[in-house]
Amino acid sequence: MILLVFVLGTLMAVAGAIGVVSARKPVHGVIAMILNFAGLAVLYLTLQAEFLAVVQLIVYAGAVMVLFLFVVALLTAQARAPQLRPDRLKGQPVLAGGAAGLVLLVLVGVGLRAAGRAGPWEGDFGGVVRFGEELLTNHVLAFEALSLVLMVAVIGVIVLVGRRRPSQAAERRPGSGGRS
Amino acid sequence: MPLSAYLVVSLGIFALGALGLMLRRNPLVMLMCVELMWNAANLAFVAFARGLDAMSGHVFAFVVITVAAAEVAIGLAILVLLFRQKPSQDVDEASLLKD
Repeated sequence: MILLVFVLGTLMAVAGAIGVVSARKPVHGVIAMILNFAGLAVLYLTLQAEFLAVVQLIVYAGAVMVLFLFVVALLTAQARAPQLRPDRLKGQPVLAGGAAGLVLLVLVGVGLRAAGRAGPWEGDFGGVVRFGEELLTNHVLAFEALSLVLMVAVIGVIVLVGRRRPSQAAERRPGSGGRS
Repeated sequence: MPLSAYLVVSLGIFALGALGLMLRRNPLVMLMCVELMWNAANLAFVAFARGLDAMSGHVFAFVVITVAAAEVAIGLAILVLLFRQKPSQDVDEASLLKD
């Protein structure tokens, strides 16, 4: 039973990874990365890491990838117009819709079969309470250092790309930083 | 599931990330490949945490996720600054510091 979920999670994660490496456009890579994160969350669930699975989805897939999407949209906005491509094969939308429906069926089937049948889970390992206890008693220094890291990151981003006041913006000439 | 299965998956994802980091030249895709490697390490952490019944593996993975998010934020800020100077999507062209 867990084998099915494990195989599904592995396939999703590896498919996402291959998609990231071989995507021609960065936007497609970001979507493939989200698929990879979803597969990894499934694998975490099979390992009884429930808190970490949800944190992975919220922080990685929900925040970091959205940040990537914003930057990709910002940076590729001046891209050249796409060249003319040869005509698509006929019936491609139907085929793609069929394949997507099949994948959806497999996902729903495995999910329904696995629901309600907990694997060999023991106690409350991996839950929020155990995680909080471990983080805040044995690893308090790491916790405080993390908040410092996050603050430094926020300050760094503001210093790098923050908005300047008009007097300072008038002083620096645009394009003076690069080699002419 | 045996522990080694998860480690093989982690190895595969890490290898794919390393391959992508070496082969691709778009800095955004390179950053995403670095993220892939972090995630592979996270999977190894969580697998060992389950195998040895130790919650500190989860704490390690949490630290990795947080540091990765902070690093991605700063990396993307640097990329935005770089592309304001020269609008090219090729990291080989950012060679101002080269001899």
